[in-house]
Amino acid sequence: MTSPAGRALSRLGRTRTAMAALIVLVLIGLACLIGPGVTGREPERAYPDLRQLPAGLAAQPDPAHLGPALERLAFRMRVKLEAVAREGDTLRLTLRSDAGVDRRSLAYLPRSGLFGPPDVLEERDAGRSLAIAVPIRQLHFPLGTDVQGRDLLTRCLVAGRVSLAIGLAASLVALLIGVAYGATAGFLGGAVDAVMMRLVDVLYALPFVFFVILLLVFFRPSLLLMLVAIAAVEWLDMARVVRAVTLSLRERDFVRAARALGLGTPRIILRHIVPNTLGPVAVTATLLVPQVILLESFLSFLGLGVQEPQTSWGVLIAEGARSIEAAPHLLAGPAVLLIATLVALNLLGDGLADALDPRVG
Amino acid sequence: MIRFILRRLAQALPTLLAVVTVSFFLMRLAPGGPFDLERPLAPAALENLRRVYGLDRPLIVQFGSYLASLARGDLGPSFSFRDQSVLDLIVRGLPVSATLGALALGLAALLGVGLGIAAALRRGGAVDRLLGVGAALTLSLPSFVVAPLLQIAFGLTLRWLPLGGWEGGSPSHLVLPVVTLALPQVGALARLTRASLGEVLRTQPIRTMRSLGLPPARVTRHALRGALLPVVAYLGPLAAALLTGSVVVETIFGLPGIGRYFVEGALNRDYTLVMGTVLLVAGLVIALNLAADLACAWLDPRLRADA
Repeated sequence: MTSPAGRALSRLGRTRTAMAALIVLVLIGLACLIGPGVTGREPERAYPDLRQLPAGLAAQPDPAHLGPALERLAFRMRVKLEAVAREGDTLRLTLRSDAGVDRRSLAYLPRSGLFGPPDVLEERDAGRSLAIAVPIRQLHFPLGTDVQGRDLLTRCLVAGRVSLAIGLAASLVALLIGVAYGATAGFLGGAVDAVMMRLVDVLYALPFVFFVILLLVFFRPSLLLMLVAIAAVEWLDMARVVRAVTLSLRERDFVRAARALGLGTPRIILRHIVPNTLGPVAVTATLLVPQVILLESFLSFLGLGVQEPQTSWGVLIAEGARSIEAAPHLLAGPAVLLIATLVALNLLGDGLADALDPRVG
Repeated sequence: MIRFILRRLAQALPTLLAVVTVSFFLMRLAPGGPFDLERPLAPAALENLRRVYGLDRPLIVQFGSYLASLARGDLGPSFSFRDQSVLDLIVRGLPVSATLGALALGLAALLGVGLGIAAALRRGGAVDRLLGVGAALTLSLPSFVVAPLLQIAFGLTLRWLPLGGWEGGSPSHLVLPVVTLALPQVGALARLTRASLGEVLRTQPIRTMRSLGLPPARVTRHALRGALLPVVAYLGPLAAALLTGSVVVETIFGLPGIGRYFVEGALNRDYTLVMGTVLLVAGLVIALNLAADLACAWLDPRLRADA
């Protein structure tokens, strides 16, 4: 490959950290995309008997949780547990109630999510005693469960979809605004450029995070509003970068030739300027995505971003931070995913910047 | 130089006016008001309150009178903190935020610039390789993750430091918030210093000095003067961000700073308090950017000609 872009790509391929970062990103992206369908748990399904389980690979319910879960179910079914025996994955129970065991109440067993459908083995004492066999389900919660007993791994992955989608979408909007604005200002130059960039300077001086918070506090938080608010904050860097590149491109021969051929300004900007800003734009965009994801989690952490029942890494981190003394793993799971994503994106951006820098290598 | 400063201050006025206008109308057009309590007030009482605070007049008249009192340096009474003016609250909150911010800025600058210099002077050395991944790591550590982790480690497990609170700014209460605020900036500053110093060290004048046999320490001192320009330019907005308080850090550690007042003001529809804090932040951003530009001009004679 001999084109500058090809050389840059092959240089990027040789940087081990950037490649590792790319692989981590692809893995996290794939996990969030297809993971929730593979874990076998629904993100909203709560297991009230298995609240705040620590992370671990053992199958649930384990003996420590089985007893209390059975007690709770027996109370609901208005029966007394007379005998409990475990044979492999099956429980043999003898239920007793002086008013007679209501067979319809057996539905509580599978509804808890911990057991399969029960089989009635024997009925004694005119229906006052019932022997049944219930299969115990084998549930796995690799990252444990949250305060409501929901599978943390599935929730982290579903939250990742939201965080990544917002990160990419808001960055894309910011990228479009920034490139259009920067290229126009840089290409037109003169008074137009001065006014446009003065506006950017003014916007830079605004306490934007405060405005975003105001906006989200006063108008009901919604995904769309947050997207708009984040994009409105983050396009400024992109505009500055693109303008600087455009200024140097404007006087180059191919642009003069295009002008001499009678092409209109919009056409020159779109066909000749913008494609040549792609390198710096790619670097800025790669470093923009982690900033956007960070801002989204920050807003969600404050309760101003993504709202229940939807969830994002920021929401999960906020939940984890609230119960940090009782269950530190609730913070660890989403925090590790968020930080890994941010680190990988930052490293990839650095690698991209190095690969595109003609002075190096 | 004086003319440069005056021009920049004149340019700051429209920016501040834009801040005031946007936040004023943003708040007033939003649903809800400062007197929406859990238990609704009697209509007559509400009417009285609105008249006392001037909320019954047309919006544009209110805006005019707010600007007029602003010109006299009066930020108005707070709506949610009874019998206190916004200025009182700012005078109480600013020292908290400023103490935290100044300490965090100092810590970040010391560590970041120091590590950056070490990395640039020894390309491929231990510090340089550490920064390759370490800088990206600290940049990616959100304060709302670092803060609870520090609280667990040093507050709950080791019991060395308190979990939060201000207590008149006693040193033990300052450590965790300052570290949380400074940590992400260490990586950013180190990376900036390393890149900038690395570039300057490759330039012709520095190579000439080396070839003439000047001692390395003196060469480094010459190089640093130029290399610190982008770092100083970055420190301006950074100082503004740190001094005006991080909303998250003040919330998590329960510190009564500007960020907390802002959030509480926004939640309670305390119009004047929100305006006051936003205005303060914008003013500090402008002032510190100007200070950074002046420092740059002092470091680089070429920029002085411009001014």
